[in-house]
Amino acid sequence: MTGERYDLAVVGGGIMGCAAAIHACGGGLNTIVIEQGAIGSGASGVNAGTLSLQIKRLKLMPYALKSHAIWREAGKAVGFRRIGGYTLAFTEREAEFLTERMALKREAGAPIRMVSLNEVADKEPGLSRSVVAASYCEEDGDANSSLMGVYYRHMLREAGVAFRERDGVMDITREKGDFVLRAKSGTIRAKRLLLAAGAWLGDLLPMLGSHLPITVRVNTVSVTEPGPPVIGSIIGHATGLLSLKQKSNGCILIGGGWQGTGRPAQGRGEVNANTLLTNLRLARHVAPGIANRRLLRSWTGYEAHVPDFYPLAGRLPGVENAFVLGCVRGGFTIGPYIGRLMGDLILGREPELPLFDPARFAPGSSNSTNQH
Amino acid sequence: MREDWDAIVLGAGPAGAEAAMTAASFGFRVLLIDEEHAAGGQIYRAPDHEHGDKGEGRELRRRLGEADVVCAFEHRVWHITRDFEVHALGPDGPMRFRAPSLIVATGAIERHCPVPGWTLPGVIGLAAATILLKTHKVLPGRRVVVAGSGPLLPFVANEIRQLGGTVVRLVDAARRRDWVGVAPQVLYAPALAMRGAGWLARLAISGVPLRYGHGLREIAGDGKVERVTIGPLSPDWDQTEGASETVEADAVCIGYGLIPSNDVTRLLRADHEFDPDKGGWVVRTDAEGRTSVPGLYVCGDAAGVVGAAAAPLSARIAARALARDRGDSAVAGHDREAARARAALAGKTIFGRAMTKIATPRRGASNWAKDETLICRCEGVSKGAIEAAIREGCATLDDVKVATRCGMGSCGGRICAEPVGALIAVLTGAHRAEIGQATGRSPLRPVSIDQIVGDFDYSDIPFPEASPQ
Repeated sequence: MTGERYDLAVVGGGIMGCAAAIHACGGGLNTIVIEQGAIGSGASGVNAGTLSLQIKRLKLMPYALKSHAIWREAGKAVGFRRIGGYTLAFTEREAEFLTERMALKREAGAPIRMVSLNEVADKEPGLSRSVVAASYCEEDGDANSSLMGVYYRHMLREAGVAFRERDGVMDITREKGDFVLRAKSGTIRAKRLLLAAGAWLGDLLPMLGSHLPITVRVNTVSVTEPGPPVIGSIIGHATGLLSLKQKSNGCILIGGGWQGTGRPAQGRGEVNANTLLTNLRLARHVAPGIANRRLLRSWTGYEAHVPDFYPLAGRLPGVENAFVLGCVRGGFTIGPYIGRLMGDLILGREPELPLFDPARFAPGSSNSTNQH
Repeated sequence: MREDWDAIVLGAGPAGAEAAMTAASFGFRVLLIDEEHAAGGQIYRAPDHEHGDKGEGRELRRRLGEADVVCAFEHRVWHITRDFEVHALGPDGPMRFRAPSLIVATGAIERHCPVPGWTLPGVIGLAAATILLKTHKVLPGRRVVVAGSGPLLPFVANEIRQLGGTVVRLVDAARRRDWVGVAPQVLYAPALAMRGAGWLARLAISGVPLRYGHGLREIAGDGKVERVTIGPLSPDWDQTEGASETVEADAVCIGYGLIPSNDVTRLLRADHEFDPDKGGWVVRTDAEGRTSVPGLYVCGDAAGVVGAAAAPLSARIAARALARDRGDSAVAGHDREAARARAALAGKTIFGRAMTKIATPRRGASNWAKDETLICRCEGVSKGAIEAAIREGCATLDDVKVATRCGMGSCGGRICAEPVGALIAVLTGAHRAEIGQATGRSPLRPVSIDQIVGDFDYSDIPFPEASPQ
């Protein structure tokens, strides 16, 4: 069997796959990215673009802080904005939870503080007056997920990484130590393989005889028509079930991980009217200023996770020279940084921060219980 | 109004109303939904006042009134789930309806070919002009240029003249010989052909300058339409060297034929195909209007643009297919009637297809806009920005959409998808089928958040357990 031969083949052209490919290529590996759709068109391109430390898990905080710096550097090319973020509680119970969680996140290095209700009312007059507690993080902001395709296509070209779009991998075999990927456009051979296919990991892993306990969430995002400014910062809810922001073009973006339906193998997911309406009610309650806006578009994106909600980032158990990267909770924020760490691991270098070994889910692993 | 129905029909034009009546005649409980206040669709729009009602529209509304069909007028459908739960916003607030079968009869939308100045106030579509003229008896301007392609051109020009306006020029991108070429097909609908010939004759008698094989070069003016430049086109619709002329005008009515409205079928992930004979991107159906999604049927122009004469025929066929699929034994006895409907439809289809063909832009139309001309008016995206995105590797409509925001505005891409698809094809050489359509999304039309969420209490919001924070 003939075909081009690379040092590294990356399956999946999202933020993480691209970031890892660019870093590995910079370290001297002849690298190709194979993407079934368009670069940055999966979860990377359809999420709400929130870059918030307030919704990051404690253990992931150092990664989020490092990644924030990368996003800031990318700046205008990704629509980066550091506009600060408020997280709001509306009941005593939510307030208690918020205060407790944010104290821990502050200890983990995020510059988060509890703020007075007057400050919230003063800074964000479009929000509800029924807030009972609020936290603030000046580092919070967002980027424009729609720009991921344009941005990473450009970055891949600059770095000299080969890439193929609209090119699904149908089959992976091994031949004389190489991986042989049978793709729509032909055969690709590579010495090393990184699977970074997000929600499609579950379909790819069995090609290598590997099985990891991956579950897929179907997150809903909505956008309104543009209008005058009503919200100046990133707005969240104590439960983590809302993200609200006004983009510079005046549109309001509403997220929060409310669940639609669908399976990655069947194409784009479907909005569930009930959860969408609940999502909108919550947004409407939190920010009465958006009530008379017209909803323009709602969509869904697939987000994969494993039972402990920590990343899969490391060597693929039982398959030499194969690596896996995905299931990163808060993957939009953390993606560019954890992608670099992954590149280091593939290059045989010691990553700056530890990765998250998928072996914890391998059969017989004693470490496969929930971590905190 | 009840929630559960045997069949729901979307769109109360000549196709949807007929489909609803046919399905009801088999004993199905049928709900017919439309955004307007009465049946008729765009072609047989109900007038503002009842006493002005006439012609085919009045007859359709009379028959529908006598049929056993429940109508939900003034209802805007904003979401449909894959198991056919239809979410609508009506005068009484948010509603939801369910049915095991759904007939889509959402008609067609107008195609536009951007030229410099097409976004100036005073430029309106031929379809919008039809509403203004027919329903509201309002002139789009005093001195009007009517331009584009297809049979709506002479119709709109005539209506303008009848209301006392001046048609400065009638500019048809098709050549006279193109019209002569479709004469045999046109004769399949003699009544319609006579009507069209009558419009043209009246325009000629009244001295309206007709420019065949011509297109607009530019619409210009200070904040509104003031001047229109017209020049000759090649058979491929490329702008040619011949003499151009500039005329004074205060309005331009413009349109280049119709394309099937397919946002519902896209949302429901039915298979679509690119078929220029049917007006472009269209849901794939069998001969009886069945789509790739079980229980989902399409009729009328939404299944391929063939016009109002064919609409009731394809509607009866689709409604009958629905009844048969639902195991209605009474339908079997109607097979002779179905065969008659199919034969009649074939003739009307030949006429409709000829009109679609003559109106469909040729590839040269993609070169009419300049770099700075807006293609997506909602998001303000210029032709130059779209071309740059295509050069950077955007190869599909969805690629261009995410890269430039083209098609992300209030119109949902209805206006820009067609010229952008054509532009990608011209620049990359790809076939329109590869370039694709934008992914179907809800809401199907913009809806107010306040109106769809209704009244609620914060304490009633069901919070599931979130992923660990």
